[in-house]
Amino acid sequence: MQKDNLEEAFRDHEADYLEVRLEESRSTSIRYRGGDLEEISEPRSSGGNVRALVKGGWGFVSFNDPGELKEKVKLAVRQARLVGKDTSSLAPVVPVSDVSEEVASRDCSDISLTGKKRLVDEYNQIVLRTEKVDTSMVAYRDRVRHVIFANSEGSRIQQKNSDVSLRVAAIARDGGEVQQAGLSMGSRGNFAEIDNLHAQVEETAQRAVMLLSAPKAGSGEYCVVLDPVLAGVFTHEAFGHLSEADFTYENERMREIMVLGRRFGGTHLNIVDGAAVPHLRGSYKYDDEGVPATRTYLIKEGVLVGRLHSRETAAKMGEMATGNARAVSYHFPPIVRMTNTFIEPQGLSFEDIIGDIKEGIYARNWYGGTTSMEMFTFSAGEAYYIRNGQVAELLRPVVLTGNIFVTLENIDAIGNDLQMNQGGGCGKGGQSPLPVSNGSPHIRIQRCLVGGA
Amino acid sequence: MKSRLDILLSTAVKQAEQVEIYYTSMIDTPAIFEANRLKQLQTNESALVALRIVRDGRIGFATDTTFANLDSLVTRAVEVAQFGAPAKFDVPGGKVYPETTIYDSEVKSFVIEQMVDLGEKTISRVREHSPDLQCDASMDIGTVSVCILNSRGGEVSFEKSFCGIALEGNLIRDTDMLFVGDSESSCHPIRNTDGVVSSVVRQLELSRRQATVTTARMPVIFTPHGVVSAFIAPLSVAFNGRTVLQGVSPLVNRLGEKVFSQKLSLWDDATIPYRPRSRPCDDEGIPSRRIPLIDQGTVSSFLYDLQTAGLAGAESTGSGDRGGGLPAPSISSLVFGTGNASFEEMLSEMGDGLVVEQLMGASQTNVLGGDFSGNVLLGYRVEKGEIVGRVKDTVVSGNIYQALNQQIALGKDGRWVGAVFAPDILCPELTVGSKKG
Repeated sequence: MQKDNLEEAFRDHEADYLEVRLEESRSTSIRYRGGDLEEISEPRSSGGNVRALVKGGWGFVSFNDPGELKEKVKLAVRQARLVGKDTSSLAPVVPVSDVSEEVASRDCSDISLTGKKRLVDEYNQIVLRTEKVDTSMVAYRDRVRHVIFANSEGSRIQQKNSDVSLRVAAIARDGGEVQQAGLSMGSRGNFAEIDNLHAQVEETAQRAVMLLSAPKAGSGEYCVVLDPVLAGVFTHEAFGHLSEADFTYENERMREIMVLGRRFGGTHLNIVDGAAVPHLRGSYKYDDEGVPATRTYLIKEGVLVGRLHSRETAAKMGEMATGNARAVSYHFPPIVRMTNTFIEPQGLSFEDIIGDIKEGIYARNWYGGTTSMEMFTFSAGEAYYIRNGQVAELLRPVVLTGNIFVTLENIDAIGNDLQMNQGGGCGKGGQSPLPVSNGSPHIRIQRCLVGGA
Repeated sequence: MKSRLDILLSTAVKQAEQVEIYYTSMIDTPAIFEANRLKQLQTNESALVALRIVRDGRIGFATDTTFANLDSLVTRAVEVAQFGAPAKFDVPGGKVYPETTIYDSEVKSFVIEQMVDLGEKTISRVREHSPDLQCDASMDIGTVSVCILNSRGGEVSFEKSFCGIALEGNLIRDTDMLFVGDSESSCHPIRNTDGVVSSVVRQLELSRRQATVTTARMPVIFTPHGVVSAFIAPLSVAFNGRTVLQGVSPLVNRLGEKVFSQKLSLWDDATIPYRPRSRPCDDEGIPSRRIPLIDQGTVSSFLYDLQTAGLAGAESTGSGDRGGGLPAPSISSLVFGTGNASFEEMLSEMGDGLVVEQLMGASQTNVLGGDFSGNVLLGYRVEKGEIVGRVKDTVVSGNIYQALNQQIALGKDGRWVGAVFAPDILCPELTVGSKKG
């Protein structure tokens, strides 16, 4: 990309702050539905954006063609000037010049299209040959992204990295009854983390069949044990989104609720988010504002101690930037997002956790989740009754829902078996799917509301 | 631009039996309001050029966001065609397209200052009712142009304008959070937001008091927003020709069969004037038309694109949609037939029950099987035919093949919620779960 144009764009710009992001990406997409190869393609995308800040107001211009960058800067500044009526404040960041090229040990960009398709074929065949499975959906996607970031404070950062995701769904049908089971995996560009899942794919296909004859759980309150995957989704939905400071920083009531030092759970509860936790889908060196990645405690020993920031939210709340401003692509400005979010492990074994439950639900695997800050819902891919301390019969998938201010307090047991789930993609403000990871050990929640389907 | 597409077509034709080029470009200029005031103005330009070929009987496909490297598009499409699915279609030759009015030149004269002014007024009118309400909003206006040409002489292009406003407010008392909001969209510039304002004010009024509900089966009224949040995901997957072809739609082999209540009629229609999802043809150049899906409870047809129709031995319904990839069947504007009950009549008919305005996370369950299950983000308790307050900590779940095959009642008025036109729908018996105490 044209360096001279970039430097020229910053000359005499008349904004309080200005940044330019230029991006090129190459993707691979392979998707089967049943025996039909629905898509195989290698899309390319290139473009960029300019973001300007004047008196606290933002202007943003995005484009495919980076020509006449200077004109785009002028437009962004003009827009910002129409908005700004206040003062600009951004948390301080030391300007950086850096080139970071992440290459995974078996990077997806080194695998041929033939190799990728062969793997997707194998997984699809496993699902389709399972008895009573009607059809499948197998989707592989990777993206290699090369981003140049420059701002008016002198930062010049080039980052290159890749992301891989794989989704497998098995659909079983018996008369009018349809049930499905799914598996989602991903990695920070490493093909090796998704190319040896044959046993898990087979298990997923068999579960879809078993669900056909599984009973439904009745709606109501239960003692619920979540496996590490689902507990990770719970952490992301229920608490992670609430920790994103963009909902809080200009809302007085929210600032009162989310005051640092407030107790949210027992002393065994520690929740962390950070892109500096290495080799996960939400890992990176700098965020999309050029802020170095960190590792941030959100909850320590049950008490709120931190939150996720962009430079603006950090400045307005008098806190440090955390490197959590992310954009899903050049079409969008960066907003406050999670990276790798997890509950830290404690000492209990799985047997300790379920041993004294007379009647409850063991919910595993994720299907989806969403939040409205106070209320959250997330759905399990599989669920079992717990009776007298033992995992009992398989149930139809359940939706768990609750109020965050009560539910975190109701976590009364945290296991010793932290596991990170790399299969998720997060959506917020029209920007989706953003690569994130989340995780947890097994946890137990008392009095959790369950909606049986 | 057109000359470049012609060059691409003539280059690709040398490598393939069939060639189709799809080009779209969009410019939109959202104004974004946060915490009750204008926060950001944007200008977003984007383009996509997609090349689909059939080579040795197989589909090849490539996309890019620029014309800078047309040769690479052809090379990649040819490479992918080795692996591609066998093509089951012929790209359409010249067609006659319905007159579809989707462009209003007024958008050109709608300036940023007017948008900002309208957004600010909308927020302040809502806050006059509830000064503590914190509002986020967006106003968006823009144009899209589409051009499709193919090796059988098919050629179509059109331009569309769009405008949208969305407002979301939150009211926080201690840790109790109330979320209200509404939106409106059109191909006309929106100059009047009375509808959004009165709808949000009504939500605030009805939520003033809190009410409780206990776990039971009870009648539930879904408002148009509620209909969208609960029923649309399972309905769109069931009528998608792909799911039908695969044999996993619960409606497979049930064309002509009465599956839903006789009161229920539903169609997909991309020809409605000035709706943002309307268009003269789909993304493969097949003319748009009204497609009946449910006719008085009876399953009437499914949605097809060219390839899916070819595989299923059916005709394309003009429902091919590209989300940046290959075309797939998709809904455009879904319309529910209305009934004859007023909202008040429905309330008094139900006696005791629930009104659901927004169900959160309802489609994160076995949508394919018709299930919905979600947390009532906004909903009201009804006692003796009157709304008594807002409920919380409540889940509503069910299955559309049961819920919409009961003695349902439909409201006599309907409204647009995004791409769906729906009335209020009363289901006489659904499972409602609630937290004890």
